[in-house]
Amino acid sequence: MLLIRRFEERSLRAYQAKKIGGFLHLYNGQEAVAVGCCSLLGDNDHVITAYRDHGHAIAMGMDIKALMAELYGKATGCSKGKGGSMHFFDPARNFWGGHGIVGGQVPLGAGIAYALKYRGIAGACLAFMGDGAVNQGSVHETYNLAALWQLPVVFVIENNGYSMGTSQARSSAGELSKRAEGYDMDWGICGGHDIYEVRACMAKFVAQARDRSKPAIVEIDTYRYRGHSVADPDNTYRTKAEVEEYRRSKDPIQVFRNALLAEGVLDEIGATAIDAAVRAEAEAAAEFAEASPFPAVADITKDVYWEEDNPSEKQSRGRIFFG
Amino acid sequence: MPLLSYREAIRHALAEELQRDPNVVVMGEEVGQFNGAYKVTEGLLEKFGPKRIVDTPISEAGFVGLGIGASMLGIRPVIELMFWSFYAVAFDQILNNAANIRYMSGGQIHCPLVIRGPGNGGTNVGATHSHTPEAICASHPGVKVVCPATAYDAKGLLKSAIRDNDPVLFMENTLLYGEKWEVPTEEYLIPLGLADVKRPGTDLTIIAHGRAVVSSLAAAHTLEQDHGISAEVVDLRSIRPLDEETVLASVRKTHRVLLVEEGKPFCGVGAQLAFMIQEAAFDDLDAPIRRINSIDAPAIYSPPLEAQQLPDAGKIIQAAIELLR
Ligand SMILES: Cc1ncc(C[n+]2csc(CCOP(=O)(O)OP(=O)(O)O)c2C)c(N)n1
Ligand SMILES: [Mg+2]
Repeated sequence: MLLIRRFEERSLRAYQAKKIGGFLHLYNGQEAVAVGCCSLLGDNDHVITAYRDHGHAIAMGMDIKALMAELYGKATGCSKGKGGSMHFFDPARNFWGGHGIVGGQVPLGAGIAYALKYRGIAGACLAFMGDGAVNQGSVHETYNLAALWQLPVVFVIENNGYSMGTSQARSSAGELSKRAEGYDMDWGICGGHDIYEVRACMAKFVAQARDRSKPAIVEIDTYRYRGHSVADPDNTYRTKAEVEEYRRSKDPIQVFRNALLAEGVLDEIGATAIDAAVRAEAEAAAEFAEASPFPAVADITKDVYWEEDNPSEKQSRGRIFFG
Repeated sequence: MPLLSYREAIRHALAEELQRDPNVVVMGEEVGQFNGAYKVTEGLLEKFGPKRIVDTPISEAGFVGLGIGASMLGIRPVIELMFWSFYAVAFDQILNNAANIRYMSGGQIHCPLVIRGPGNGGTNVGATHSHTPEAICASHPGVKVVCPATAYDAKGLLKSAIRDNDPVLFMENTLLYGEKWEVPTEEYLIPLGLADVKRPGTDLTIIAHGRAVVSSLAAAHTLEQDHGISAEVVDLRSIRPLDEETVLASVRKTHRVLLVEEGKPFCGVGAQLAFMIQEAAFDDLDAPIRRINSIDAPAIYSPPLEAQQLPDAGKIIQAAIELLR
């Protein structure tokens, strides 16, 4: 969680220094959701999420050097500088993105679950989405398919209260996870500020999906500290006091830290050392990104087609790129 | 004449049409309380109230389809897509319903709606958010497609689009929103399907739409100053209807054609133009038609590389010089 926080703080500074282009959607405040959920996963479990993907990528074990380099648009980035902040991928770590179109990843999550079931692999797929995504048609179609075919997928709604500047009350009729009832699916709801609570709630649904191929929808209530993206001035739809109140009483890192200190698992010296190590790691990632080369112009047309990148396997004829 | 930004010009067009016709409704994500993701609709909620300025959930297929349905019963929805890229989620509604219903009903029903928003690359938001759908959309009879390059055009064309009785897909550009141009205070309309010679010239014709017009004008300026080449810049303004007359008149005058387009080359707007020009004015051409598009791949994120993927003044200048050799 701390690595996610420090990584993002460092990336924010890089963004402000104009080292990063486009959008930067920060996950600050939501860390316990990704970390709590992903900490329950085994080798055959998979994750897919939306564009607010830094936390999930790190929780799935991606190297923050490659992530920072991606933000900088460098050839050493996890997507070779082609995807950017919203499009992190690492299939080797069962992390399937990073998707920019709201709701677009949700059918893919069910598809991954379908492949697991088809291939007889005992695994589950967690398909994360925001509270704004639940109103996309593709999400509802996918709920039905997952329930109809009993796919090993857990739909995780990260409810941070807002989709851009629209509060949940202004965007959604009814309760979000309860929509599962219409599809005869299990559902749950829990707080997302306490990693123990996230794990306790999710453990059952992940196990059900993995062991009995039972889908479910789980809503995890959380909060984002920053605007929708760094470009959002965040001054029209919520109060500063609301943000501060959450930070003060429910910051997921603080809550976890306090729990560990109280349990005696960690002392102040240890906590400080972890923080220092993580800050240094984030700094090193920025240095790595800074020192890395940009892709070449010729790279623009690479990674478009399998056959073009693997000419020895080429079977089709004709011209494929046009100028 | 006062200077107005492209963003303000669109806002003024919306406000004037909202004022003029009580059936005009503006609808989309964040258009009201948030004042628009790109602040195009800023202040409209305050002025016209929530019945006319409607915030929607993130349900493009739903609210675009709903807009089409409402237009069938006399409403004139102006639907904002936060990015044109999100049209894909509502593609079925646009192409199967908006474009086809008039035809399939034997002309009994018509769909007077506008779908508008920015459709461009160049802002480093990656492949999912950088689509330029004008060519794909314009290949469907039943819809009109408009791509204004200046504030003046954006305002006059949007007002016509809102009054049009067929679905109009209106494609703006986030990189132009802050650019200012002269816009008269008195009301004016620009008919759809009328191209505009933005700069007269004699040596070659550059045909463009949207932001490519701005790059073409910059290139034409340099061509004149540094190379003694006189380039005529024709701004299509609308892709469908397409002003063949203005295009062909320019071709007959300069005999050389350079097509500039931000979209991808394959089946792009340029392909249609090149066909049309060779069919109607083959004997007038002194050289093969050339074109500049974005490099043929999904939009790359990496900021310096995306800049190289897109057409720019430098590429236009080089191609123009080669064309005249
Ligand atoms: C289909 C589509 N429509 C609109 C957008 C623009 N957009 C990006 S994020 C967002 C809000 C999503 O909110 P939510 O699902 O709650 O996720 P959060 O940002 O809170 O993580 C919107 C409207 C988009 N990317 N894709
Ligand atoms: Mg949200």
